[in-house]
Parts: sequence; C-alpha cells; structure tokens
Amino acid sequence: MSALLEVEGLSKDFGGLRAVDALSFSVREGAILGLIGPNGAGKSTVFNLINGVFAPDQGRVVFRGEDITGKPPYRVARHGLARTNQIVQPFANMSVLENCTVGACFGRENLSLARAREAAREAAALVGLDDRLDALASQLTIAGKKRLELARALAARPTLLLLDEVLAGLNPTEVEHMIGIIRTIRDSGVSILMIEHLMQAIMSLSDSIVVLNSGAKLAEGLPAEVANHPAVIEAYLGDPDLAAKLRAA
Amino acid sequence: MTIMRRPFFWIIAAVVALFAVLPAAGNNVELRENLLLAAVYITLASNINMILGYAGYVNFGSIVFFGLGGYFCVWLMSAHGWPLAAALLAGGVAVSTLALLFGLGILRLRGVYFALATIGVNEGVMAFVTNFGPWGGSSGIYLSPALFQPLGGPAKALWVVYYLLVGVMAASLYLSYAVKRSKFGLGLLAIGQNEDAAAVLGVPTPRYKAAVYSLSALLPAIAGGLYFFKSAFIQPPDAFDLQLSTEAIVIAMLGGQGTVLGPAIGAFLYVQLRGWLLVSPTFSNFQLVIAGVLLLAIVLFAPGGLMGWIYRRWPRLRGFLE
Amino acid sequence: MLGLLASILDGVLIGAVYGLAAMGITLIWGVMDVVNLTHGAMIVAGMFGTYLFVSAVGVPVYATLPAVLVGGFLAGVALYWIAVHRVIGQPPLMSLLSTFAVNLVLVGVGTAVWGTDLFNVPASLPGFSLGRYTFPGTHIMAAVLTAAIAAALYLFLYRTRTGKAVRAVSGNREAAELVGIPTARVLALSFGLGTTLACVAGMLIATMFPFTVLSGDAYQLKSFVVTVLGGLGNPTGALVAGIALGLLEGVTTPFVPVSWTLVIEFVLFVVVLIALPGGLMQLWQRR
Ligand SMILES: Nc1ncnc2c1ncn2[C@@H]1O[C@H](COP(=O)(O)OP(=O)(O)OP(=O)(O)O)[C@@H](O)[C@H]1O
Ligand SMILES: [Mg+2]
Repeated sequence: MSALLEVEGLSKDFGGLRAVDALSFSVREGAILGLIGPNGAGKSTVFNLINGVFAPDQGRVVFRGEDITGKPPYRVARHGLARTNQIVQPFANMSVLENCTVGACFGRENLSLARAREAAREAAALVGLDDRLDALASQLTIAGKKRLELARALAARPTLLLLDEVLAGLNPTEVEHMIGIIRTIRDSGVSILMIEHLMQAIMSLSDSIVVLNSGAKLAEGLPAEVANHPAVIEAYLGDPDLAAKLRAA
Repeated sequence: MTIMRRPFFWIIAAVVALFAVLPAAGNNVELRENLLLAAVYITLASNINMILGYAGYVNFGSIVFFGLGGYFCVWLMSAHGWPLAAALLAGGVAVSTLALLFGLGILRLRGVYFALATIGVNEGVMAFVTNFGPWGGSSGIYLSPALFQPLGGPAKALWVVYYLLVGVMAASLYLSYAVKRSKFGLGLLAIGQNEDAAAVLGVPTPRYKAAVYSLSALLPAIAGGLYFFKSAFIQPPDAFDLQLSTEAIVIAMLGGQGTVLGPAIGAFLYVQLRGWLLVSPTFSNFQLVIAGVLLLAIVLFAPGGLMGWIYRRWPRLRGFLE
Repeated sequence: MLGLLASILDGVLIGAVYGLAAMGITLIWGVMDVVNLTHGAMIVAGMFGTYLFVSAVGVPVYATLPAVLVGGFLAGVALYWIAVHRVIGQPPLMSLLSTFAVNLVLVGVGTAVWGTDLFNVPASLPGFSLGRYTFPGTHIMAAVLTAAIAAALYLFLYRTRTGKAVRAVSGNREAAELVGIPTARVLALSFGLGTTLACVAGMLIATMFPFTVLSGDAYQLKSFVVTVLGGLGNPTGALVAGIALGLLEGVTTPFVPVSWTLVIEFVLFVVVLIALPGGLMQLWQRR
C-alpha cells in the first residue's frame, strides 16, 4: 500500500543554521507516526515545510500522490492536510464556534457556511468544547486553547492531521483526556503525524517513530526499537532526564 | 429573502427613509447638503471598515477611490459625452479593477508595510493625475452646465444626485452586512485576527485581501462620481483630499471598527461633535486637531469604539443586530 | 557630464540627511516594532524650531543644534508616554493609528498657527567650487553634521551601558526584561532618540530648502523608502540607503520633472518591499 505522505530529502537553512537536513520519511494511511527529538531538533520546522509555511531549500513533499512542495499553506489545507500550532494561535476575539467554522469552511471539503457550522459543532463536541461554543477564544484556559487548536484542525475534516505538541502544558488528567481524543480521531480514519516530548504518551500512541537530531534523521522504527536504539539514547544523553524517560517507556 | 427577517435590514431601511424624507419635506436645501455630506462620510467609513475592521488592514489612502471615481465620471461625461449613469458605473468598475491590480501588488505586503504603501498609493496617484494631460493636469476638468439638462436642470439634478448618493450609502451598509455574514467575511475576520493562522486553516489570504481592497473601492468611486458631477468641477487637491480619508478612519473607529452599524453611528457622532466644537469659523483649521484627538482617545482608551463598547456590555445585542 | 557628476555628488550630500531621518524611524522600529507616523511632524518641528530660534534670538543657524537636540529628545519622550506606551504589545494597527492621530494634531496646530506659507531659514556658508558648479556650503555642512551625529549614535549604542540596554531590548524584549533592564524607560529613551534624529534632520533640511508646515509628509515618505531600502531596524543600512536615494535623485533630477520623484520613489519602495524584504543590505550578506 502506498504512503499517504512522503517526504523526500527535505532541507531547510535559516541563515547559517541547517534546521532540517536531507530528511526523508513517510506516513502510512491510517497510522500514527511520532516525530521526536531534543529541543531545537527541527521538528516544528518539518511541519512548516510540509504545510507550506516555509518553502524547503531542497526536497519534495508528496501528499496522496500529488507534489505539494512549496505550495502556500492555504492550498495545502485544501488538499486535506490540517495542523495545529505548537504555540496556540486562536482568533482571540472570535467565538469558539466561529474559530472552528473557519477551519471547516476552508478545509478539504470547501463547505458552505451553514454546513461548516455543523462540522464545527461536531469537531468542538469531539474535543469537549461543546459547552463553550459562544465563549470568546481569548476567554479559554490554556488547555481549552489547545483543544480549540485541535478542534479547528479537525473541523476541516482532514485526511492527515499534524499535531505539534498538543499535550505540552496540560496537567495529567487533561493529558489522559487528550490521548483519548487522539485515539478516537485515529479510529475515525484520520492519519496522524505528531510531535511530542511526553515520551510515555508518544510511545504508546504511535505505530512507528522517527527521531530527529540537529535536523537529520537519527533513527526510525517501532517505538520499542527506537527507545533502545543506542544512537537515540546517546543523542538524549545531554538530557539525562529524557534519556531516563525513554528507557522507562 | 431571509435578510428581511433580520432587524438590521429594518434599521437601515429606517435610516434611509429619514435621509429621503427629511429634506424633501419643506424643500430644505441646507439640510439636504448636510445630509449629503453625511452620506459621503458613511459611504467612505463603511467601505474602509471592511478593510480596517474586518481584515485588520489600515488603508490611509481610501480617498484615492473617491477621487479617481470622480475623475473617471467627470472625464467620461465631458470628453466623451457619456450619460451620468453609464459614467458612474464605468467609473466604479474601472476604479475597482485598478484597486484589484494595486491590491495584487501591495497586498503581498503584510501589516504595517501595507499601511505605508497605501500612503504611497495616495501620493503616487495624486502626482500622476496632476501630471496627466487628458485629465487637465493640475487645473482639472470643468463640466458644462448643459450636462445637467438631461436630469431636468441644475436645481432638480441636485436632488437626483442626493437621492442617488443616499442609495449608494444604503448599498454600502448592506454590502458591509452581506460581507460580514458570508464565508468571505469569516475569512476576512480570521485574517484580521491572525493572518498566519488563517492561512494555515486554508483561508486564501492574498486573494481575499485583494478582493476586499477592490470591493471597498467600488461604492466610494461611484460616490465620488456623483459628488464631483454635482460640483461640476474636479481638480487634484479636492479629489484627493487626504483629510476626508482620515476622517473616514476616525468615523469607523469612533462608531466601532468591525461592526456593521458602527460607521453610520460614528458618522452621526462625528458630525455632531464637530458641529458643537466648530461653532466659530476661525476654528475651522482645528478640524484636523479634533479628528486627531478623538482618534487618539479611541485608540488608547476604547479601541472597540461605541458599538464595540455596547456589544461588550450587552453581548446578546451583537447576535440580534449583526 | 560635469554637471551630472556635480548633481550626483550634491544628491549624496542631501541623501545623507535623508539617511539621518530614516535612522530615527529604523531605531524606533527596531526597538519597539512601532511604525512612527509622527516622524514627518517632528521633522517639521525641527524646521520650525530652528526658524523660531533663529528669528527670535538672532543666533546663527548652526548654534541652534544643541537646542534642537535637547528639544527633540524631550518631545520624543513625551510623545512616547502620551501616544505609544499604552499600545506597546498590542496589534501594530494600534500604534500606527495612535501615532497617526498625534501627527494629525501636530499638523493641525501647525497649520492653524503658521498657515501653509513657505518659510526660509537664513543660512549662508561659503560653497565649494568644482569647475562651473558650486556646492552650497549648507549642503556640505549638513552632510558633515550627519556624519558626526551618526558616529555619536554608533558610539552610544555600542560603547555605553545604556546603549547596550537599548540593543538588548531591540533584540528580545522579554529576555531583556528578565535580566532586569527597565524596558519602558529604554523604550521611552529610544523614542526620544528617534525623534531627535527627525528634528535634527528637519533643521538641516531647513538650512537647504524652503519649507511649509505640510513638508513633513513628503520627507516622511522619503524616510520610509530609505528605511525599507536599508532594511527595517538597521541604522547603518538606513544611512547607506539614504545616500543611495540622494544619489538616485541626483541622477534623475536633470531628466525627470520634480513632481514625479515621489512617484518613482514610491514604486521603488513597493518593489523593494516585495522583492527584497531585508533591504539592500540583504544583497550584501547573501554574497
Ligand atoms: N523562522 C525561523 N527563523 C530562524 N530560525 C528558526 C526559525 N524557526 C526555527 N528556527 C531555528 O531552527 C531550529 C529548529 O527549530 P524548531 O522550532 O523546528 O525546533 P523543534 O524541534 O520544534 O524544537 P522544540 O521541541 O523546542 O519545539 C532552531 O534552532 C530554531 O532556532
Ligand atoms: Mg517545536
């Protein structure tokens, strides 16, 4: 079976810094692929290259057989590829429902306003924001804003969802809740590429994992394989805390 | 029409009816002239609000649309003998198209860069027209009084122009409302809140920005055509009077940027306020100062303007009115 | 040929002053991300301040420099607290509108007091002759003073504690706050400095050309063109770009009617913004 998303030889420089270095990987249909690596490894930049926030210096991004390299983000979104932002970016003075409606309106199905509202309600309900539909996005707690990020992306009814640290900053109960939501999303047939620092969570959620270090791929495989990979452990040695967590997971 | 079931429709209809009936009763020409100016203010402010309030972009040069619309209309009538209606429409379409072309260029600029470029568009267009022979350069174009004949002579023509302008004002308010309640409007509001996030969610930002810039040129251009047809004379300093676009911004901010009714209420408040403050003609130079102080106070202390404040106090009203 | 060369050299002298004005804009932008639309009004304030001082006290023009420096700084600090402080950290739209509003007030008051008549500041210095062409002494003096002030600004920013604080805030406001730099005071100081540069530029322009209350708009637009050419937030770039713009004006003056200069400069502005958002200096760094 062919891959849903294929990334080939992707590179990106910022000034003198090589943030992503000849990276290749692919996401299978219906799978959850985890993308991990130390801070500043270039994970978020990979997302930005995939969905067109930045154009790559080299390499290709192929989504459902179509080359989407360098297309602007709003085109990429139409292809059915949605993402959340690591730093939440709510439309602060719009209601939760309106925020989600934007996602639904301009997503894969190009819905009319009325049908988009329906899709928005469904997405909000899925993440548990259905009782806050009329609240302004600025009034939500940080956990609420994280859920809003997710709901907005989901409302677009994407084929592939890119999640950038949706668990960061949540307390253990909220993390549990969010993991449940992510599983539900996957079970509904949406493929997921996710960045996460929370090792236990990503190890248990992912079907396979790609490890990034200084922009380059360090290792790839099943969660168990990756966790015991010597190079991975070494890369994390500067961060003994993380290394310990890796082994524990 | 579902729109007729919204309270908004009837509010606008009532305002338009007042504009139509008040001066006609008793043939009050002075009141008509004042209301005509108010209609121009509301038209400009309501159209600028679609860029400023919805999409969050400042256009310091909206007067360019008004002035160019005036020029196209006056020129088509005087040099090519077009009837008023055709000249107005052609002017509106021409200016909208020009705005679209400008827009595709300068709307690649983000935020403050765009605002700076609009100042440049203003200077550039003014310099161009001042040097443009067919439009009379710096001395402008005069309309022959004979052109008022088809409308039944000068006195009657002034009434016709007035009613047409009130129509343009009403169209502006309805347009603003229709845009706000559309998918296009939702995209613009998203751009105004966070352009990057909007693009990531699929809002085609360059196209939408260029479209709203162009759309917001149409009715001001027609208003400009009417205004300068009425004066029977147009020259660069009048056509591109920066003060008018400045006042349009102040009015939109005063009434409440991003709200549909704000520009109309803002125009009313602004004209009243200026009336109280400028009783003596020696103070007429202070018009800009008043506009400036008012704008500063709004920006610093009440960025939502009057309607923004009202909707914050009574959130239910927003759903009812908008 | 000699005429063109002289015209270019003279353009460079005047361009240095554009650069000075643009350094003010770029400094304020770099430190607080505010596009300062009071800049034109403050250039005019420099012009009229000089005019008033010269006509009231009767001192030679250049003796007003200390007063212009101090007055400009105080005015800038005041402007910061009145119009800018409250909108720091809000969407850029807000500071744009607040400084625009102040500009309206200042220009409005100016127009009410002085009307829109042309004014002149009497300044005569011996010129410098090159064949048939003479460079006015005022133009040379303006370029020399610009160089001196730019050098002083450089020393301040790179050699003093306060200057380093300004650069720290410019690099990253939150980080600067964390290490205990009083950001609000640094911002006020920077706004004061930026305004001072506008006022001094105004004074120097007044020694070269006649002016009105409304002259500010054109010079402000030029300053923005220069700022963008030099790369927003880059003072050295602003100075270089100012000279480049003056040079361009020098080259085109013999061939293009004056009323078109602004149009050409504006087109340049948009083209540069789209094609080279980092300014001309970007070309340099790419090599
Ligand atoms: N727009 C940008 N301009 C310049 N450098 C950037 C930009 N975005 C990211 N970088 C740099 O690229 C490198 C990779 O950053 P990135 O945000 O992709 O890391 P990350 O793996 O997501 O880290 P984290 O786990 O902290 O989120 C970093 O060194 C960062 O400073
Ligand atoms: Mg990241």
